[in-house]
Amino acid sequence: MAARDLHGPEAPWGEDFEIIGKPRRKVDGLSKATGEAVYTDDIVLPGMLHAKTLRSPHAHANIRSIDTSKAEALPGVHAVITGKDLPIPYGVIPWTPDEHALALDKVRFIGDEVAAVAAIDEDTANAALDLIEVEYEVLHAFLDPREALERPAPQIHESQKENNVSKHVALEFGSVDAGFAEADLVLEGDFSFHGSTHGAIEPHCSVARYSADGLLTVWSSTQITHYVHRALSRVLELEPNHIRVVQPCLGGAFGGKSDPFSLEFCVAKLSMITGRPVKMLWTREEVFYAHRGRHPMQMTYRTGATKDGRITAVDAKILIDGGSYSSFGLVTTYYSGQLLTGPYDFPNYRFDSTRVFTNKPPCGPKRGHGSVQPRFAFEVQLDEVATQLGIDPIELRRKNFIQGGDETVNGQRITSYGFGECLEVVERASGWKERYGKLERGRGLGVAGSMYISGTNYPVYPNEMPQAGIQLKVDRSGLVLAFTGGNDIGQGSNSVVAYLVAEELGLTLDQVRVVAADTDLCPVDLGAYSSRVTFMVGNATIDACRKLRPLIVDAVASEWEIDPKRVRLIGGKVIDLEDPERVMESRDAFQLAEAKYDTLGSTGAYNTPTLGGDYRGGTIGASPAYSFTAHVVEAQVDEETGRISVPKVWCAHDCGRALNPTSVAGQIEGSCYMGIAEALMESHHVNRFGLHSGPSLLDYRMPTTLDTPDIEAYIVESIDPEGPYGAKEAGEGPLHSSIPALANAIYDAVGVRLHELPFTPAKVLAALREQRAEQAAAEERRQA
Amino acid sequence: MRATTLNVNGDDLDVAAPAHWTLLEVLRYRLGLTGSKQGCDKGDCGACTVLMDGKPVLACLVLAARAGGARIQTIEGLRPAHHAAGGNGADPVQDAFDRCGALQCGFCQPGMMLSARALLNDNPSAGLPEIQEALSGNLCRCTGYTQILQAVQTALAETTGGEAPVPCWANQKDDD
Repeated sequence: MAARDLHGPEAPWGEDFEIIGKPRRKVDGLSKATGEAVYTDDIVLPGMLHAKTLRSPHAHANIRSIDTSKAEALPGVHAVITGKDLPIPYGVIPWTPDEHALALDKVRFIGDEVAAVAAIDEDTANAALDLIEVEYEVLHAFLDPREALERPAPQIHESQKENNVSKHVALEFGSVDAGFAEADLVLEGDFSFHGSTHGAIEPHCSVARYSADGLLTVWSSTQITHYVHRALSRVLELEPNHIRVVQPCLGGAFGGKSDPFSLEFCVAKLSMITGRPVKMLWTREEVFYAHRGRHPMQMTYRTGATKDGRITAVDAKILIDGGSYSSFGLVTTYYSGQLLTGPYDFPNYRFDSTRVFTNKPPCGPKRGHGSVQPRFAFEVQLDEVATQLGIDPIELRRKNFIQGGDETVNGQRITSYGFGECLEVVERASGWKERYGKLERGRGLGVAGSMYISGTNYPVYPNEMPQAGIQLKVDRSGLVLAFTGGNDIGQGSNSVVAYLVAEELGLTLDQVRVVAADTDLCPVDLGAYSSRVTFMVGNATIDACRKLRPLIVDAVASEWEIDPKRVRLIGGKVIDLEDPERVMESRDAFQLAEAKYDTLGSTGAYNTPTLGGDYRGGTIGASPAYSFTAHVVEAQVDEETGRISVPKVWCAHDCGRALNPTSVAGQIEGSCYMGIAEALMESHHVNRFGLHSGPSLLDYRMPTTLDTPDIEAYIVESIDPEGPYGAKEAGEGPLHSSIPALANAIYDAVGVRLHELPFTPAKVLAALREQRAEQAAAEERRQA
Repeated sequence: MRATTLNVNGDDLDVAAPAHWTLLEVLRYRLGLTGSKQGCDKGDCGACTVLMDGKPVLACLVLAARAGGARIQTIEGLRPAHHAAGGNGADPVQDAFDRCGALQCGFCQPGMMLSARALLNDNPSAGLPEIQEALSGNLCRCTGYTQILQAVQTALAETTGGEAPVPCWANQKDDD
């Protein structure tokens, strides 16, 4: 089956690329630069109503009654809906459908959706919300995950078997106990990672129109059109072929627009009731409640090593604060353990991860889903191993490289591995050898490494169909239209499709247009998550092109009466490789091919090969290719104020092949920024009443140009044998190691180990006080 | 409802809107100029930045009724103004943002580009610290600001005939 065909990293005409590998503009850059690009809230439909949501003021409560009569009576109000209007539960993971568009009988966090109103304008809708009367029976709220784990009642989700446990995964590979027995050094430490959120600048927005002919169209700021499509069909009980979901231009996502959200169901239902288009735009405050951000984790790690620095065993126990709903939590729980087994060789590894529900905004996938927190803990512990053994931290990492062609201890297949080069690049660029351990007190360097997936072969709902599909239409005007279900969320996936089509069919970029993320027009694609798009959509694009290319080549070869091997498609022209005089425009070649083979088009698809260890959950986190990253971070610690600043970050990332180095560098830089931001400034904090401490961008302390370090991004190309022209992911991997590299730099600067994020001045000062007390005690002992 | 005459991108336009509406709401939902974005609605993010008499302001914090009499320039006005001044294509700021990779999701960029345009007009010799200061009211979540700063430096260099910065990854092959 074509979907399983692998095309290899080479172009059929050899290594010589016209489009690929050079800094390029994006296909939609100018439309965004001029304000022409249409985002969801830019859509205005005739007769459109505006909807708002009533949210719970309680962290945990039963709903005794809801009276909407006064709201319905308000002039200008067209419809009011509550949980009973949308009673079917859903969830992005089919095994854990524990969400309702509007609370059915219970609310589980402050901000949980209770009712929605459609009115002539937002002011009227907001006024109507004030008239809805809800009687609550307030329940004990669980805000501490430890308490949620141990205390049986009142359960947040009554369907759960064990207290408030959302998911538990325990796996062991090799023999950890034997690994520790052969270790010369075993370190144990507790680590804590706080919550952080995505902070995409575009708030969530949806517009729905239910037409008289029974077609529901939903425009939504989603990064996964296909899952929204499926969820709408389930909850609204409509045939999927009566639903069209379109993702307009999207103003950032980072994982925060991966779940189906309440507003998508509400605008659809309100449009069905009123017969008018309905829009809902969330406020920034509402986006903070919707959350789905990074899970807080409490982690205990043990690492064993021989005295020459070889890791013998790693053992992790992790408590994950899931917030109020499952979201992607099943996957998060696996990822918290499964994605740690590179870039180093672990002979023995065990993890035991428990995700629990609490009465807080639901956590979900944020850039580096589930694996940024463990990476922080482990890379700091690895640094401590290096310190204790007296080995340079970069050298220690080198001693533990995965050898080429290897499989990790948990059965993940490593096809390409540029981690060694990544380390070399940051070592050189940062002046590591001359500067590490030698800077004046207060200033230091730290290193860390990481790996991440390029998509996963776990398709969320089990099926044998392609994970990525694409369709090409070749037009006699000289235009190729590519229809992709992939979601361009700003990462540039539409541009990747255009580059690949232009390269394969020898076109200029203005001869290719991309239509994306419209379920009516585009083949199914599983969307923008797990860093899957470049790898999977890219491979599907090449697959589609490889079916068209021979037709065009053959038609021209026949016309010129030459061997097809002499025909090269390049730069909007067709040339005879042996007769430079003979040239044809692509348009003319398309017309020859259309005359010979009829209307031209093709489809392409991609599915991962069979991957993953042979055990339950072995496919979760099993990726067709892994990216690798190395960071060196420079930190400056002010010992009087406890304030940390980061003058410089060096990051080298192995993305397989940089299809457009400008875009790859942008992903690396954005990842570094986001990692340092959550390590130093940001905190998604809920107070002791369950209320978000500051649901605004200012209170959340998102960094500005003045707070962001100078970032040097370096690209390493390991040319993956299965990636499109060898490409792997670049959007999530480069976040991971930025945080532990910073922690390790703080140690180099002032000699304290910070295990608890974020690194606030108060924590720095406390650690320095403790350091001084220890030094004084040691001095006393020495004198005694 | 309150009637106001606004001068937007060179045109005098009569609009009627609720008295409490901001300039951003009128631009987006009365005039259809949706290039100005709403990211927070309370002055935190800068996505709604427009130029009033050449100065960057947050359109979500300006009451529409108070904007009468000022010359307002939105992102939609940049390219036409560039054409009116005899240029081709997009404004050099827009073009540099596009070329340098500064446009990922693009949502914050209309505001960002107008802040940059104001800086270019006022201080064409601005160095990196002045650029960082001038853009510090505009949050971007995608880029880590690196390519934005490069874009503004590039646009400045092209205006003054200086040298545009070369990113480290572009030099990488030569280093090795």
